[in-house]
Amino acid sequence: MRHIISLLMENESGALSRVAGLFSARGYNIESLTVAPTEDPTLSRMTLVTIGSDEVVEQVTKQLNKLIEVVKIIDLNEGDHIERELMLVKVRAIGAERDEMMRLTEIFRGSIIDVTNKSYTIELTGTSSKLDAFLESIDRSAVLETVRTGACGIGRGEWVLRV
Amino acid sequence: MNAELTGAEITIRCLQEEGVQCIFGYPGGAVLFIYDELFKQDKVRHILVRHEQAAIHAADGYARSSDKVGVALVTSGPGVTNAVTGIATAYMDSIPLVIISGQVPTGAIGLDAFQEVDTVGITRPCVKHNFLVKDVSELAVTIKKAFYIASTGRPGPVLVDIPKDVTQQQTQFVYPDKVTMRSYNPVIKGNSRQIKKAAELILDAKRPMIYAGGGVILSDAAEQLTELARMLNFPCTNTLMGLGGFPATDKQSLGMLGMHGTYEANMAMQYCDVLIAVGARFDDRVIGNPKHFSNENRKIIHIDIDPSSISKRVKVDVPIVGDVLDVLKELIKLLKTEKKKPELPSLKEWWKQINLWRERDCLRFDRDSKIIKPQMVIEKLYQITKGDAFITSDVGQHQMWAAQFYKFDKPRRWINSGGLGTMGFGMPAAMGVQLANPKGKVACITGEASIQMCIQELSTCKQYRLPLKIVNLNNRYMGMVRQWQEFFHGNRYAESYMNALPDFVKLSESYGHVGIKIEHPEDVEGALKEAFKLKDQLVFLDFITDQTENVFPMVPGGKGLSEMILV
Repeated sequence: MRHIISLLMENESGALSRVAGLFSARGYNIESLTVAPTEDPTLSRMTLVTIGSDEVVEQVTKQLNKLIEVVKIIDLNEGDHIERELMLVKVRAIGAERDEMMRLTEIFRGSIIDVTNKSYTIELTGTSSKLDAFLESIDRSAVLETVRTGACGIGRGEWVLRV
Repeated sequence: MNAELTGAEITIRCLQEEGVQCIFGYPGGAVLFIYDELFKQDKVRHILVRHEQAAIHAADGYARSSDKVGVALVTSGPGVTNAVTGIATAYMDSIPLVIISGQVPTGAIGLDAFQEVDTVGITRPCVKHNFLVKDVSELAVTIKKAFYIASTGRPGPVLVDIPKDVTQQQTQFVYPDKVTMRSYNPVIKGNSRQIKKAAELILDAKRPMIYAGGGVILSDAAEQLTELARMLNFPCTNTLMGLGGFPATDKQSLGMLGMHGTYEANMAMQYCDVLIAVGARFDDRVIGNPKHFSNENRKIIHIDIDPSSISKRVKVDVPIVGDVLDVLKELIKLLKTEKKKPELPSLKEWWKQINLWRERDCLRFDRDSKIIKPQMVIEKLYQITKGDAFITSDVGQHQMWAAQFYKFDKPRRWINSGGLGTMGFGMPAAMGVQLANPKGKVACITGEASIQMCIQELSTCKQYRLPLKIVNLNNRYMGMVRQWQEFFHGNRYAESYMNALPDFVKLSESYGHVGIKIEHPEDVEGALKEAFKLKDQLVFLDFITDQTENVFPMVPGGKGLSEMILV
């Protein structure tokens, strides 16, 4: 099963490599990983998407917790949560394609953030599966480049992860 | 205002503040300023080893045989890479160490400088934590943190990498009394509700079993474990790492369990209805194939300080996260107030069954052999030292025989590389043990293959007059490899024969030690007695043993605990 693990860690050099190293050393897989400092610059927030059985994911969270620099950790799948990912897609846009791409972008509530006479760059936010759906719905040969941030997530309502 | 100190001075001052009396190391370019400061003081004694691997093993043996943190000092580059085997050894067995390594100057880091390696990167997977100190102002607090992290929670090695320029920079020296880290707060006290649940299970048990590991030794809880087992009259088995946590000569002791554990211990593990795992981690060499060891057939209570040890290989019913010492104290207190007692008739029945298993006499060997049997050497060693020596071992058959035949009644007497299985560990570890226990009798049980992996340390032993007794069980084979090849690879002894062995007697004598070669069973006792009479001398005892002897019982890889190959 797919799990989104959110964690707060000391914003120190090397902390990221400890997390990445742990995954490779213990054979866990990482679907995506995003990290950036929080409003408190001494802390980084990391979101990890991993796929594994409940037992494996339990071990993943325990092992992450064991890292000295990890302050707090939650498995967002244990409660209601919101997940978002940002994608930038550069597509070919010539002739009739221009209107078609615009329409699809609107349907997916994206926006076109850069335009040339031959291409659009589309910005799209949503769950990872929504971004997948967008890519499915356009002509694959029109896709020139995609950049995805990987998922980040947050608990719903009063459910917060902070020190 | 105090005068400013250099990073090198601060490093040594920190060690002094921590009460460190003895460190193990090897100098080199990046640590020259630190060595210069060592030279100028006499509170911290430095032991010069002959290879950095031995520095770590020695610090490790020092830590295991005392309750102190072991400290080692190595230089950058090859100093660190040589140390890695030692660090990984300590990490696998959760031994508290602080390793100080030199690094190239901060300005040179990343430029492929002479003797530069990414020390933090290389050691990251085999340390509890590591630090690169980039500014002298962080040095003292970092070393404080290193000692704190190494010795608390589940202990482990912590490395502090100090670039050469940081050892020259100056700052005010303030050593913090304590450090708090928001990201590191090990749980010590067990959850009282869980302890209550455990007590209920224990009192309901009909076929109970205590399975105690290295955690009992590390948290100094042997006394409490013994009290618990005796008040309940429960059988107790110890893992390789846990030997001495419960007296081996006690009638409730079933000896060691696992791949080369006793028949009675392994059978009792398999057929108990309540298992109390104390500071043990259900390792593959201990319970065999976890598929044959499900919790459907038994209830499992698991006490461990590391939450990630719980339900890692075997699902447990009552996990208790906390320090073994603390949890056992609480559990004993609770059980004492309970009116209910374990059901006597079923416990009696259970002991009857265990005693039947015992009658199998699984550790028997040919006592009339004309060739020296390795088991006999260890039995004699046990008798002559009255069970009171510190025993280190290397890795292989001799290690298993030592674990089976030397009856450890006290904790911190049995020092071996259990998790990583590092050949070459025994002699350097014994050096650390001897330095931590200057009056103790220290013997290293080894084989002709293992001993050669750190043989250079005979020189260190000479320099510091460490009167170790090296018990070399010389069967001219990598015995355990040979045994597996005999059992599982059709007697094809690929590269396991030790050809071109040195004359160990002459070799020892060339270092100024005493060497004795023993070829006949009737000479074993006399040689051992003579060795221990030479109180101030290292004695290398080269026992020429039976080449074909195997370690029994044996649970083959992938099998369940009750599927043993027996003598």
